[in-house]
Amino acid sequence: MSIPNLTVVEAGELLRSGEISAVELLDAVLDRAHRTEAQLHAYLTIDREGAHAAAAEADSEMAAGDDRGPLHGIPVALKDNMCTRGVETTAASQILAGYRPPYDATVVAKLRAAGAVIVGKTNLDEFAMGSSTENSAYGSSYNPWDISRVPGGSSGGSAAAVAAGSALVALGSDTGGSIRQPAALTGIVGLKPTYGTVSRYGLIAFASSLDQIGPLSHSVTDAALTLGVIWGHDPRDATSYAGEYPDLTADLDEGVAGMRIGVVTELSGEGYEPAVEQAVSAMVGRLGDAGAEVVELSLPTFDIALSAYYLIAPAEASANLARFDGIRYGHRAPGASTEALMARTRAEGFGPEVTRRVLLGTYALSAGYYDAFYGQAQKVRAAIRDDFARAYSQVDALVSPTSPTVAFRAGDRVDDPLSMYLSDICTIPSNLSGDPAISVPIGLDDQGLPIGFQVMAPALGEPTMFRVAAEVERLAGFTARPEPAEVAR
Amino acid sequence: MSWEPVIGIEVHVELATESKMFCGCAVEFGAEPNTNICPVCLGLPGALPVTNRRAIEWIMAIGLALDCEVTERSVFHRKNYFYADLPKNYQISQFDVPVCHDGFLDVVVDGTIRRVGIERAHMEEDTGKSTHVGVGGRIHAAESTLLDFNRSGTPLVEIVSRPDIRSAVEARAYAQELRALVSELGVSDARLEEGSIRFDANVSVRPVGQTVLGVKVEIKNMNSFRSLERAVDFEIARQIEVLEGGGTVVQETRHWDEEAGVTHSMRTKEGSSDYRYFTEPDLVPMVLDRSWVEEVRAGLPELPARRRERYVAAGLDEGLATVLSQSPAALRAVFDEAVAAGAPARPAANWLTGEVTAWVRREEADPASVGLTGEQLAELVAMVEEGSVSSSAAKEVLEGVLAGEGNPGEVAVSRDLVQISDTSALASVVEEVIGDNPDAVESYRSGESKVVGFLVGQVMRATQGKADPKLVNQLLTEKLSG
Repeated sequence: MSIPNLTVVEAGELLRSGEISAVELLDAVLDRAHRTEAQLHAYLTIDREGAHAAAAEADSEMAAGDDRGPLHGIPVALKDNMCTRGVETTAASQILAGYRPPYDATVVAKLRAAGAVIVGKTNLDEFAMGSSTENSAYGSSYNPWDISRVPGGSSGGSAAAVAAGSALVALGSDTGGSIRQPAALTGIVGLKPTYGTVSRYGLIAFASSLDQIGPLSHSVTDAALTLGVIWGHDPRDATSYAGEYPDLTADLDEGVAGMRIGVVTELSGEGYEPAVEQAVSAMVGRLGDAGAEVVELSLPTFDIALSAYYLIAPAEASANLARFDGIRYGHRAPGASTEALMARTRAEGFGPEVTRRVLLGTYALSAGYYDAFYGQAQKVRAAIRDDFARAYSQVDALVSPTSPTVAFRAGDRVDDPLSMYLSDICTIPSNLSGDPAISVPIGLDDQGLPIGFQVMAPALGEPTMFRVAAEVERLAGFTARPEPAEVAR
Repeated sequence: MSWEPVIGIEVHVELATESKMFCGCAVEFGAEPNTNICPVCLGLPGALPVTNRRAIEWIMAIGLALDCEVTERSVFHRKNYFYADLPKNYQISQFDVPVCHDGFLDVVVDGTIRRVGIERAHMEEDTGKSTHVGVGGRIHAAESTLLDFNRSGTPLVEIVSRPDIRSAVEARAYAQELRALVSELGVSDARLEEGSIRFDANVSVRPVGQTVLGVKVEIKNMNSFRSLERAVDFEIARQIEVLEGGGTVVQETRHWDEEAGVTHSMRTKEGSSDYRYFTEPDLVPMVLDRSWVEEVRAGLPELPARRRERYVAAGLDEGLATVLSQSPAALRAVFDEAVAAGAPARPAANWLTGEVTAWVRREEADPASVGLTGEQLAELVAMVEEGSVSSSAAKEVLEGVLAGEGNPGEVAVSRDLVQISDTSALASVVEEVIGDNPDAVESYRSGESKVVGFLVGQVMRATQGKADPKLVNQLLTEKLSG
């Protein structure tokens, strides 16, 4: 049994039976990280001291009978756009080099209260802007299945860490697919919950109306358990959902018999790799065999979702990133005037993709252009919500590929931003609607690269989403792991 | 050419809530720099705003006191611009759906009531404070700038009037009335010198009779009511001079220089006013349901306009009613008590707005702790009315009451100020004085009626000033004529 390859549930059982201690678990995971980091560069910061202290505390708590739940003693990795008190948090940007937040994000506080062992902070595309983690100012991360390829993005570091076993579970953030797409490309489970169910307090904002934090894991059950720990109303986040939260695992093993499942017709065709389409299609067929009523549904607004997203997200980002001016924290360049100081700081601190999006967003909000761009995009967004509502009046869940392609080679798309943006075409609609969606690994293509299957459900429909996802997982029987790459680069 | 000034006033009011607009930090004037700050009001990465409900209640109160409509569904916007004391480099403010809109404030100017329209009152957050270190304290010559974020995030209500004001005097009266109202509502310290209330003026001029507005200029940095009036006066004159000289007024922001008594052009960059407003995605729309609005309305104190009406109905003229209306609540309460105890309104109001107010100012006392009840005031007024003290002695009696020496009657006795109004008692003194001053009597009888003043003086001397001079005069005149 390879300890770093355990699921959260399996590790939890061993911890409780006493077969393994949290410290041993952590050490095995750190050892895996030690062996793979040179190739993968999943982490920006590994906090050995903090993690060992937490693991030791978990052991003594468990010994004293204090059981804090499914994440107690479990090594967890955090995307480096979540504030961790006293631990460097950079959002993979030079503008925050050396920045140590004075507070924990709410999800971090919840993890600590749940006895989780935070291993460290993982790599991402700078300020979560990207689909490959190549936009990181600290170097790219690589895919454990093939280190010449990207792990996806922007939560590429979290995905690579979990896929490689240098964390048992991780948190990422998803604004346009940044949890689900890397999960698909690295053969693991990743989900974006209903907007508002996981607090954004302490998440370094990219696009406020789209960002959500979610888990990356090796099983649907692990994902559900982790979501259960991190979600809930937070008075520090005014967009936090204050109503009733459903029971996440109640329907997990119910199967799909009698459920109505819609296949989105727009999410196929040109640009989709045949292997991906075939694998997804085969799985759809098996869901039908398992008792689901499968229909094809057209959601025409999906064809304009990408355009709407690439106006709304940069617009909000242009304001969210305005605070990085060198005055109060982070990098500061010298300047003869305040204006010069700010301009130079941002020119030095922001990478090209971030700069591109801030300019685009500022432009979209400018006098004379607001109505044509941002205003119009919001109307499209409302139309997308209507499309989803119409679809969910006919089906319980929608399915599609998570990504049109498997993991592409590093360097392939960096010079063509638009081709990079197309990676998110399947995932973006549910960010715009605020509804939950999950990616489940269903197999490998003939290059040995993972394929992800996406399940979407209505708002607060996580139980439905998990129910279908669990069945997909059972049917796929995908348990393969990448060979830990221990070749020195 | 006859010119008409057209003036609008923008007021920023800092609310005296316990905590800031979007976080739990304390709102506290004069604290050590950067001690009331947190991730939210410092604009740290990952921080999020949460709306202060009390602040919303208070802006509704302000709006209702100004007869505004309260919007049913109000929304926050981001106003984007870069400045070192604006931590997020956007201000959470309101754009097209302010909490309050379309109201008015009645202002008394030279005895007449002028109605100034209120266009809107909206909610926003204040910025931090910049202190420029260098010659003159202004940014141009600064060597460095000190930033204090204690003020950052303080709830700020912006009240925008319609351009209904027509003179500098009226502008000042509007500002003072608004300040008094806000202070009375208990929602702000409203101290100009502390910056908890700030005024900007928009000034333009146009030929009398023209309906189209002239080019408007914004004036900032008026730190007292007097400088507001001076600045507006100066700007009106400046614009008229420009226009009469054949020039055009430049639309700009000008800075009032109190020492030099002029407005200076502020060199602002072109294109800096595109704030790229968009709905604040970190906050949900505020639903201001009608029952909440009515709850706030029910909690309002008696407003100045109603109060003024009540005073006029009680018998005060417009001017005295206004002055009393603007007096501290504690003194107004004494007035109400005195009238209830039977005192005639006008003398009671005159005492309070005159001698009592002067005493408060002199002693630097807190009006709320003034030791004068309505009953005592009523007694004092009655004493003057019936002549048991002279009006000058009454002032001394008042001092004694305020000093805690007892009721007016008691004080008059203990300070030996009781006026002799007993006709028979005085008659003998009058007889004596007439007897002692035959030359004066002779002068009087030969037509110099003014000499009676001298004789009155003699009687006053003989009675140690305690005789009722009116009565003495009357008795003397009778005696001398008869």
